[in-house]
Amino acid sequence: MTKELKIVVLAKQVPDTRNVGKDAMKEDGTVNRAALPAIFNPEDLNALEQALRLKDRYAGSTITILTMGPARAAEIIREGLFRGADNGYLLTDRAFAGADTLATSYALAMAIRKIGDYDIIIGGRQAIDGDTAQVGPQVAEKLGLTQITYAEEIVKIEDDRITVKRHIPGGIETVEGPLPIVITVNGSAAACRPRNAKLVQKYKYAKTQTEKAENQLKYADLYKNRDYLNLAEWNVNDVKGDIAQCGLSGSPTKVKAIQNIVFQAKESKTITSADKEIEDLIVELLNNHTIG
Amino acid sequence: MNNLFVYCEIEDNIVADVSLELLTKGRSLANQLKCKLEAIVIGSRLDGIERQIIPYGVDKLHVFDGEKLYPYTSLPHTSILVNLFIEEKPQICLMGATVIGRDLGPRVSSALKSGLTADCTSLEIGSHEDKKNSIVYENLLYQIRPAFGGNIVATIINPEHRPQMATVREGVMKKEILDENYKGEVIKHKISTYIDESAYVVKVIERHIEKAKHNLKGSPIIVSGGYGVGSKENFKLLYDLAKVINAEVGASRAAVDAGFAEHDRQIGQTGITVHPKLYIACGISGQIQHIAGMQDSSMIISINSDANAPINQIADYAIIGDLMEVIPKMIKYYKKNSK
Repeated sequence: MTKELKIVVLAKQVPDTRNVGKDAMKEDGTVNRAALPAIFNPEDLNALEQALRLKDRYAGSTITILTMGPARAAEIIREGLFRGADNGYLLTDRAFAGADTLATSYALAMAIRKIGDYDIIIGGRQAIDGDTAQVGPQVAEKLGLTQITYAEEIVKIEDDRITVKRHIPGGIETVEGPLPIVITVNGSAAACRPRNAKLVQKYKYAKTQTEKAENQLKYADLYKNRDYLNLAEWNVNDVKGDIAQCGLSGSPTKVKAIQNIVFQAKESKTITSADKEIEDLIVELLNNHTIG
Repeated sequence: MNNLFVYCEIEDNIVADVSLELLTKGRSLANQLKCKLEAIVIGSRLDGIERQIIPYGVDKLHVFDGEKLYPYTSLPHTSILVNLFIEEKPQICLMGATVIGRDLGPRVSSALKSGLTADCTSLEIGSHEDKKNSIVYENLLYQIRPAFGGNIVATIINPEHRPQMATVREGVMKKEILDENYKGEVIKHKISTYIDESAYVVKVIERHIEKAKHNLKGSPIIVSGGYGVGSKENFKLLYDLAKVINAEVGASRAAVDAGFAEHDRQIGQTGITVHPKLYIACGISGQIQHIAGMQDSSMIISINSDANAPINQIADYAIIGDLMEVIPKMIKYYKKNSK
């Protein structure tokens, strides 16, 4: 018998760096975020699926999405609700801007403390806009919890101990740790289930205060009667954050320079697939001992 | 005090290549900084481990040898590094951007509130001027890494916080023994001074490790395929060529995502970094992410039906044509001329 689990899913809205088109960079060499679609960080979806599987298995468990970002990152919470999460918080404040991984972890850890009741904090191994894989372990350290990174599958939970298969070079390692715990999930884990049509209907109008204000509270009654449609926004004061540890000022790492990647074009020789040309190339490679 | 530290990762009492690469890099950075190179190794039954480490020019090796320290788990190794760093105050700490380094590094940096840069591809020493506060910092570690999906390269610094921490991916730096008879000090530390019993909370129940199926990193010739190969079936042709010319087969992320090749053959920013003598890119368009992992190849041959594919710009030879036609011809003429 296992108790009802309280699960917090850490999710990030990221620019889709996998499909970078021509307009992705501005002329001054900075990234044109507006030209890139904003998506649910892929490995965070793998993490959400692991959370949903726990909820399927241990009835009464709840899933809370926690995301940090600008107002529009509320989309991530709705996406989570559409797939089976129960509620969510958007951590948003100008004070959080420019945060490196340490300042980000600090803010997330403060928000998790405010949530208060948790057994498992789970997120993707890394986000595709930074690829650092640092936030999970740093959140764990800040909360004084242990961590299991590169998780492939949560095998079971028994007597407040969790068993997880994790991806290690050339193989799989099965480890067991105590709850509460922080887990980061690898991209090779099971893909997330699709949106559920009923949940899309239910949460379509779930909005943050900022979004409702933009809408001039068109459906004021709706939000009064259906509290689950009110998405909470937290600022730095709501989570009792120390400004000095947030955002740019709380970030020990600074960006000194950014360079666009320009590959030096070599003097290359173009050849066709004609027999003679291929044979000449092979002979040349053999003669200068590149092959053979 | 204020030395450069490298965390040495071990598997079955063999020090990982990435750690040795970092020792070589660390040695040259330490020379520039006029400080000492120190190394840390944590595991069990480590007798004689110094013979694998000191020859890289290590002045001081910290050994933590205890039954419960292998296989790696997060908290005990973190605890050692954090407590040792509080005593030793290193200016720089380097570790591999491996499953272990990427689990351990962030945790240590969080505990020490120091900065950490992940997956660096280059490390340099330089200065920095903070114009706003008119402070000039000398001898900072420039941590250079691709960012934003490999579309930009960022230089990161930690002006105020120590140690300056960075992880580096395997294969990016070169390893080189400095002197087989290098004289370095070996210190065997008492474990209980550094780790509380309560740190051993995670238990490794089972480990399955298969020997690597290939030696992509070490292979002098690589035949690599991209999305343009078209199918898993067509990829067999690459294996045929590889077999004949004694090469290994690699793949781009697009080919791996499409299921044409296994994940562990992926070359690029989110895969393996290689620098072979010859790299044959088949049906690879040349996305930046891929190029980042193979641009240091001595010679590049691209086979692509698209004459405008970016890969052709960095190729020494660009064969414009259908790889299904070109590869069999390469095999044929190799066989004909190699004997």
